[in-house]
Amino acid sequence: MTDTAEHSSPSEKRSAVRSLLRLWPYVRPARNRMAAGAAVTIVASCAGLVIPLALKWIVDGPVAGKDPSGVWLGGALVLVLGLLEASLFALRRFILARPLARVEADMRADLYGHLQRLPVSFHDRWPSGQLLSRATTDLMLLRIFLAFPLTFLLVNGVTILVGFIVLLIQQWTLGLVLLAPVVPLVILCTYFEERYSRAARTAQDQSGDLATVVEESVLGIRIIKGFGRHRGQEKVFAALSGRLRGTELRKAHLLGMLWAVIMSLPELAIGAALVLGVLQVADGELSAGTLVAFLSTALALRWPVESFGFLIAIANESATAADRYFEVMDAPVPADPASGKASAKASGKASGKTSGKARAAKEHGGLRLEGVGFRYPDAPADAPPVLHGVDLHIRPGETMALVGTTGSGKTTLTALIPRLHEATSGRITLDGEDIAAMPRERLRALVSVAFEDPTLFSASVGENVLMGADAGREADLTRALEVAQAGFVHSLPEGTGTQVGEQGLSLSGGQRQRLALARAVVGDPRFLILDDPLSALDVHTEALVEAALREVLAGTTALVVAHRPSTVLLADRVALLSKGRITAVGTHHELLRTSREYASLMAGDEDRSAAADRTHAGHEGGRR
Amino acid sequence: MTTTAPDRTSAEEERTAPAAGGAKDGDPFDEDVLPAPKGASRALLRSLLAPARGRVRLAALVMLLQQAAVQAGPLLVAFAIDRAVPAARRDDYGPLIAVGTAYLVSALAAGLLQYAFVRLSARIGQNVLLDLRGRIFRHAQSLSVDFHERYTSGRLISRATTDVESIRELINDGLQELIGVCLAVVYISATLLYLDWGIGAVAVLSFVPLQLLMRSYRRRAHEVYRERSTAIASVIVKFTETMNGIRPVQAFRRERANEAHFSELNDRHRHANTRALLEMARYVFLSRLVANVVLAAVVLWGAYRVAGDGLELGVLAAGVLYLRRLYDPLDQLAMFLNSYQSAAASLEKIAGLLAQRPGVPEPAEPRALPERRAGLPGREVVFEGVRFAYRTGGEVLPRFDLTLGAGQTVAVVGSTGAGKSTLAKLLARFYDPTEGRVLLDGVPLDALAVPELRRGVVMVTQEAFLFSGTVAENIAIGRPGATREEIEQAAKAIGAHDFITALPDGYDTDVRKRGGRISAGQRQLVAFARALLADPAVLILDEATSSLDIPGEQAVQRAMATVLHGRTAVVIAHRLSTVEIADRVLVMADGRVVEDGSPAELTGGTGRFADLHRAWRDSLA
Repeated sequence: MTDTAEHSSPSEKRSAVRSLLRLWPYVRPARNRMAAGAAVTIVASCAGLVIPLALKWIVDGPVAGKDPSGVWLGGALVLVLGLLEASLFALRRFILARPLARVEADMRADLYGHLQRLPVSFHDRWPSGQLLSRATTDLMLLRIFLAFPLTFLLVNGVTILVGFIVLLIQQWTLGLVLLAPVVPLVILCTYFEERYSRAARTAQDQSGDLATVVEESVLGIRIIKGFGRHRGQEKVFAALSGRLRGTELRKAHLLGMLWAVIMSLPELAIGAALVLGVLQVADGELSAGTLVAFLSTALALRWPVESFGFLIAIANESATAADRYFEVMDAPVPADPASGKASAKASGKASGKTSGKARAAKEHGGLRLEGVGFRYPDAPADAPPVLHGVDLHIRPGETMALVGTTGSGKTTLTALIPRLHEATSGRITLDGEDIAAMPRERLRALVSVAFEDPTLFSASVGENVLMGADAGREADLTRALEVAQAGFVHSLPEGTGTQVGEQGLSLSGGQRQRLALARAVVGDPRFLILDDPLSALDVHTEALVEAALREVLAGTTALVVAHRPSTVLLADRVALLSKGRITAVGTHHELLRTSREYASLMAGDEDRSAAADRTHAGHEGGRR
Repeated sequence: MTTTAPDRTSAEEERTAPAAGGAKDGDPFDEDVLPAPKGASRALLRSLLAPARGRVRLAALVMLLQQAAVQAGPLLVAFAIDRAVPAARRDDYGPLIAVGTAYLVSALAAGLLQYAFVRLSARIGQNVLLDLRGRIFRHAQSLSVDFHERYTSGRLISRATTDVESIRELINDGLQELIGVCLAVVYISATLLYLDWGIGAVAVLSFVPLQLLMRSYRRRAHEVYRERSTAIASVIVKFTETMNGIRPVQAFRRERANEAHFSELNDRHRHANTRALLEMARYVFLSRLVANVVLAAVVLWGAYRVAGDGLELGVLAAGVLYLRRLYDPLDQLAMFLNSYQSAAASLEKIAGLLAQRPGVPEPAEPRALPERRAGLPGREVVFEGVRFAYRTGGEVLPRFDLTLGAGQTVAVVGSTGAGKSTLAKLLARFYDPTEGRVLLDGVPLDALAVPELRRGVVMVTQEAFLFSGTVAENIAIGRPGATREEIEQAAKAIGAHDFITALPDGYDTDVRKRGGRISAGQRQLVAFARALLADPAVLILDEATSSLDIPGEQAVQRAMATVLHGRTAVVIAHRLSTVEIADRVLVMADGRVVEDGSPAELTGGTGRFADLHRAWRDSLA
């Protein structure tokens, strides 16, 4: 019951402690060392606390008794305690350095791994600046929190507790005076803490937004420059960073209040204890040594008490950082069906060696879409689905061109086959096997894709191309580069070993597109999906690529998104996608005759080209 | 994240082959730290703090008073034990009341002044950060496209985020610690000297070894922190690259390989981190050790003197209390050094970035373009003795002269690497020519201020990046302040209106939010609408129609024939369909214009263009 109540209002009921407790799985491997570190620190702090007691012993004993050898002993005791304290503090740091750096690294690696497996729709929603700030600043903050504040929250708490016990034992009346401010302190701290943590969260989100603006302005630099809009961009940035500054100042206001309370209240209590103590010493109820020791202890406790001010602040910021981290980690990775045994069975089936299987493959073979529909998970409820009732069968070895107006859903359709997006209805089968029942790993090994946007990674040309194949060899690389007419790589400074991508040589759009194509065709994939693969190539290169591509396409089942007649001609048949459904399937010439929409897509305005004339004639003759 | 893909334009076709060859060794861009003049980071820090000088002084004063209030405690304790106790025994409560009042006042003052200081220092710090962020951002924006291509977006992003963040940490917590610690040290030393020369002298002398320790720590930690900040930058680069290319990552099952690579980078950072923490541990240990030995010595010596009546008990008590206090903030100081080290490393990198001179600087004394001639919205472009070579030496465009008449539509064709994009970029002033100049109606481009330049020349590239915000805002980049009507008109003219109105919120659809998915072709249309709205005298289209289907391309051509009629246009396209609307065709090869004429002339001839054109005709079904 209470559970549901909590779940219904998680944002209001969020507690810093609960958020921080979620870090436990990462801290677990370091738990022994953390515990040892905390224990060592407690002992060290207590050693520090005992120093005033040694002082008391010296003052009331040897000094009062004028006993020089006792003084020596006392001095030695202080020295030993001091050495102990120093060594133990250092020991804590030596113990914790390695495991804490590991906690941060582990959390980052997990975040990275998780993000890589989250569906594309997640990435569409989240600006990468927000993800980046989680992987960097938030995790650094958490590491710092685990290194210092967490230990010191415990250690200082224990130190204060022990200190108070020592104080109460020494003189309980004075001790009680010092305890007086505890209740108001706790109340005030809670008050500020709540407000501070909300401001901290706002600040973190705002700096994430700021990171997004920075990123966009860097990635879109050519547009900004091309339109001379850097002033506008600067204004946006200035507004956002100004807002962040406002939040930070509000944080400072709250923190300052917290500090003021934490500094003043205990000090007032010490002042009261001092006055009372002096009266007691004057009355002879208390020895001077005890008062000195008592006040030394009380003053020694000042730093632990004051430290709670920033410890609470950091703990809160860390809690929000943990929240932000787990927000992403909690996004579910879609379940992967059959892995292990089932996948072995499935792959056995897919390889279809037996005659029965072969027969099945003939009937259901190739790539088949049945009643496939898709709407984006975050689309408004009233928006029409992007795809609905799509039926399409590409026979084994056949190449199908997919044609449709800009925005008709072609790219979305291609994304469903390697399951970058999940079809929301209907089913897609490869050689009769439902892709929803296949492990993604194997599905994506079967299906190779060349994207509209040819992204290369920071790696060598060879690595970029061979990532399309499981065990690609030099010969595969050479052949794939030939097919894609990417011979230019041999004149790069280090040939196929040249680094490209973000951290390497920048290539032109056409060059990148050819490499992306090579990556798709390397290792003779069973199923091939090409999204407008030749858009950035010049006519001459395009012709060469087409010729080479024909050979590859002859041996695979392929879906090719096409805008141009030349690309369409690579295909055996053409499917026309219109308003989210397949409205016509046939050969290029059939469709030119029978579909006005297709004809206009392929030839544009009727009076503009020779092809259009032919189409026009086709219209007259072919209309039923 | 489709829209944020770091898409480079068709640019840099030229850079590939010979240009990059010699740049392999000693290219400063391979390193994370760009060379900056010596002392640049210090100068940067000074200039950042300069406007806050008054506030810094005020903060120091507040801290001075606050520390006085805080450090009064032990002094009052000494006074209470040595004076108030004997007085109280004589039933004279005057000194006790004085002590009590003083304690009350100092306690309240300490709290209030602390509050005042936190606010003051936050204001100083936030102003500095605002300034610094702004500077980095503005500077990055002012640097040339060429720089951006070499520095990589990930590094630039980490300069503006994590590096600023580490400076924020220093300023937020460090400033107070540093000032507080310094003042405490001065106060305590002074008080100790006042209480007892001997104890005071010991305390002051103890700073000699402590100072040495700190120096050695700084020296040792500097390298480690530099390494750490370089390591995190490469983590960021990898992270950004993966998230921006998530589709190919998943489609090509790069997850495992990526994880292996990422963990390598992550581990490098982890090791640097561990080393930094160990250096710190070493420092804390040694300094604590020195502090506690000094403390024991003072206790011993003091106790001797008290025993021999050479010292009052209260003074010894105060002395020991103060000494503990003197060394208490050693940990804090270590934390400060910690953030100081990483901030210094970050500052160095930021200074290196800021020291980069914009390759395409804005003119000091901008000139205005002459009035356009009546009825002619276009302007004349003249390339005068222009030559272009990369800094690394590879010549891309040998010296040439070229005049594009006002209102001409010029198609530039040629194979990859022929120099088409470079020509376009010189005209758009993304680069400045190595020699010679580019004139717009007789005015050199480098004499035009940016707003004037962009009223003159606008370039649309095949990269169709959308910024977060609504579709309307994205179009309005072409002309900020454009009315909704003007925006819609531009979209209609280019044939983008229909698909935009079909989006969930029409023109107000956020391109990064629900249902705001826009295909590559649609993005190109938005980019065109932007250019239409900008209404420039010269429009450059660099492969700007590559993702459009044929009706889309024709809509663009129609718009150019009507809305942009009379403007000077330079069109780079692989599709020769564009050429049909051109008045003039330039065929480029190896950086030179090899054919120049009207489409009809060239098509009818026997040159390269005639070949290309035949090939294109054949490609049409």
